[in-house]
Amino acid sequence: MPKNKLSVQLNVEDFLPASDAERESLTVMRKSVGFWKDGIRRLKKNKISMISLVVILLVFILSFIVPQLYPYSYEQQIRGSENLAPMHYSQKEITAMDSGESVFPHILGTDNLGRDYAIRVMMGSRVSLTVGLVASAIILLIGSLYGSIAGFFGGWVDMIMMRIVDMIYTVPDILIIVLLSVAFDQPLKALAQRPGFQWIQLIGVNLISIFVVFALLYWVGMARIVRSQILILKEQEYVTAARALGASSGHIIKKHLLTNCIGTLIVTTTLQIPSSIFTESFLSFLGLGVAAPMPSLGSLASAALNGLQSYPHRLFAPALMISVIILSFNLLGDGLRDAFDPKLKD
Amino acid sequence: MAKYIIKRIAMAIVTIFAVATVTFFVMNMVPGGPFMAEKAISPQAQAALNEKYGLDKPLSVQYTTYMKDILHGNLGLSVKQRGRTVNMIIGTKFPVSARIGGMAILAAVMIGVPLGSIAAFKRGTMIDNIIIVFSTCGIAVPSFVVCTILMYILSLKLGLLPTYGLGSWKNYIMPVMALALYPSSYISRLMRSSMLDVMGQDYMRTARAKGLSQLVSIFKHALRNAILPVVTYLGPLLAYTVTGSFIVEKIFTIPGLGSEFIGSITGRDYPLIMGTTIFLATLMVIMNVLVDVAYKFIDPRINLK
Repeated sequence: MPKNKLSVQLNVEDFLPASDAERESLTVMRKSVGFWKDGIRRLKKNKISMISLVVILLVFILSFIVPQLYPYSYEQQIRGSENLAPMHYSQKEITAMDSGESVFPHILGTDNLGRDYAIRVMMGSRVSLTVGLVASAIILLIGSLYGSIAGFFGGWVDMIMMRIVDMIYTVPDILIIVLLSVAFDQPLKALAQRPGFQWIQLIGVNLISIFVVFALLYWVGMARIVRSQILILKEQEYVTAARALGASSGHIIKKHLLTNCIGTLIVTTTLQIPSSIFTESFLSFLGLGVAAPMPSLGSLASAALNGLQSYPHRLFAPALMISVIILSFNLLGDGLRDAFDPKLKD
Repeated sequence: MAKYIIKRIAMAIVTIFAVATVTFFVMNMVPGGPFMAEKAISPQAQAALNEKYGLDKPLSVQYTTYMKDILHGNLGLSVKQRGRTVNMIIGTKFPVSARIGGMAILAAVMIGVPLGSIAAFKRGTMIDNIIIVFSTCGIAVPSFVVCTILMYILSLKLGLLPTYGLGSWKNYIMPVMALALYPSSYISRLMRSSMLDVMGQDYMRTARAKGLSQLVSIFKHALRNAILPVVTYLGPLLAYTVTGSFIVEKIFTIPGLGSEFIGSITGRDYPLIMGTTIFLATLMVIMNVLVDVAYKFIDPRINLK
C-alpha cells in the first residue's frame, strides 16, 4: 500500500517482531552463569582442591576397583609366606617362579598370617571410605531435616528442638559410642543368627553401632548450620509467594528452602566425611571397629604396633593412607566452601 | 547475667541426668548382666552375687538406687577388681590422666596461639605458609598415627625416650606431644583467622594512630580480642583430650583413667564403664558451662539473654 505523504499513518514494518539476528545483536548481557557452573568454575581455579580431588579419585580407584583385579584377596592366607618384607618372595614362590609360573609380587609384603599386606591396606581404605560416606549421608539426612523443621516453624518448636541439640552437643560422643558398641554387641549378634539378618554378620556388629551412634549424635552440628540458614531464607519473598499460592510447609522446605542452602549442605557434608573417618579409625584402633578378618586402617595400624621394631612399614602404610585421605577431604572441603558458600568462611 | 548462668547450670544438670539414665538403661540392655561371661559359676554363687550388687531387684528399683547413689557421689563397686569401688579407681587413676591432659592442653595453647598470631602478622610470607602447612597436616593426622610414629623415631630408632610407664619426666614428652599436636594445629588456624579479622578493625588503626607501639597495640588490643574463639574451643579441647587419652595411654601403657576405661570395656566391667562414663561426661559438661560463662564475662559485647 503506497503511503500518503501527508498521512500520519505509521510505518507498519517498524512494528514487525525483531528477527533473531537483530535480537542477538541487542543483547549486551553475558550468558547467565548458573549456580553449579559458577561454583565449579571457581573450584577449578583452586589448584589445591583440584589436586585433592584427583588424590581422592585415586584413593577410590585403589580401594574399590583395584581389589577386584588384584590376584590376592584380603583374607587369603598364603602358607609359607608369613612376615615377608616388601617385594620379597617366599621359598615356595621362588621355586614356582623358577619353573616358569608368574607370581604377583607382594608390594607391601605379607602379615604374620601370610596375608598380602597391600590388598589389606586397600580393603582398609575401602572400609574407611564407606564409613565416611555412609555416616555423612545419614548425618546429612537427619541434620538437614531436623534443622530445617526447627528453623522453619520457629517459636516453641524451635526452642524445644534446639535445646535438645544443645544437650546432645555437650554429651561426650566417643564415650557414648563406646558404651553403645558394648551394649549392642550381644543383641546384634543374636539378631544376626536369625534368617533375613545375615547381612549384619557381613557388615560387622561394631560398624552398625558406629552408624547408629552417628545417626543419634553427630547430626547436631549439621542441624545447627542448616537452621541458621533457614532462618534467613524463610524471610525471602519467594517463600511468602509459595505460601500465598497454597504450598504446604513440607513442600516449601523441600522445594524452596533446602534447595537454596544446597551450598552449605555440600560443604558441611564434605567436611563431615574426614571427621567420620577419623572417628572410625579411632574406634578400630581401640578394637571397637570392624570385625576381623575385615581390615580397617585403624585396626591395621593397631596390629602393626606389636611388630613395630621389625616391620615398621606395616604401620606406615595404613598411617600414610589415612592421613592422605583425611587431608585431601579436608582440603577439598575448604575449596568447596570457597567456591560454593563464601559466606560460610569466617 | 545471673539468669543466663542459672539457665546454663540447669541445662547441664539435665544433660548429666540424661547421660546417667542413658548409661544405666544401655548397660541393662545387655542380656544376662555382668556375670554371664564368667563361666563355671554355681547358681547359688550367681544368686549371691546378684544380691550383693542388687541385680535381683526390679529394674525401676535398681534405677532409683543407682541414681540415689550417684547423687551421693557413690559410683558403686567394680565387678572385676574385687573389693575396690569405682570411686577409688577413678580417684587413683584420674590424677595421672589429668596431669598429662593438662600439660597437653597447656602446650596446645602455648604453641597454637603464638603460631597463629605470627602467621597472621606475617601474612603471605614464607613463615605464614610454613605454619599453614604445619597446621593443615596436624589436623589430618590421627593421634594414634602421631603416637606410633613418634615412638618409632624417638624411642626405637634414636633411643632417646622410654616407650612405656611414667618413671621420669622423659616419659611425659611423647604422650604430651602426641596429644597436643591436633589441638595446637587447630588453635593456630583459629587464631590466624581471628587475628586477621581483628587487625582489620578500626580500633587497631586508632591504637597505632594515637602513638602506641606495634608491640603494645598487639598485646593490649589485638591479642585480647583475637583470643576469644580460642576460649570457646576450650570445651571441645577438653573432650578431645579425654578421648585422645584413651589412645595415648593405651600405646604408652600409662596407668591412667583412659587405659582403665578401655580395660573395663574389654573386661566387661559394667559398673566401672558406667562410673567412668558418668564421671567424664560430668567433667566435660561442667567445663562447657564454665567456658560459656567465662566467655560472656570476657566479651561484654555479647548480649546476655
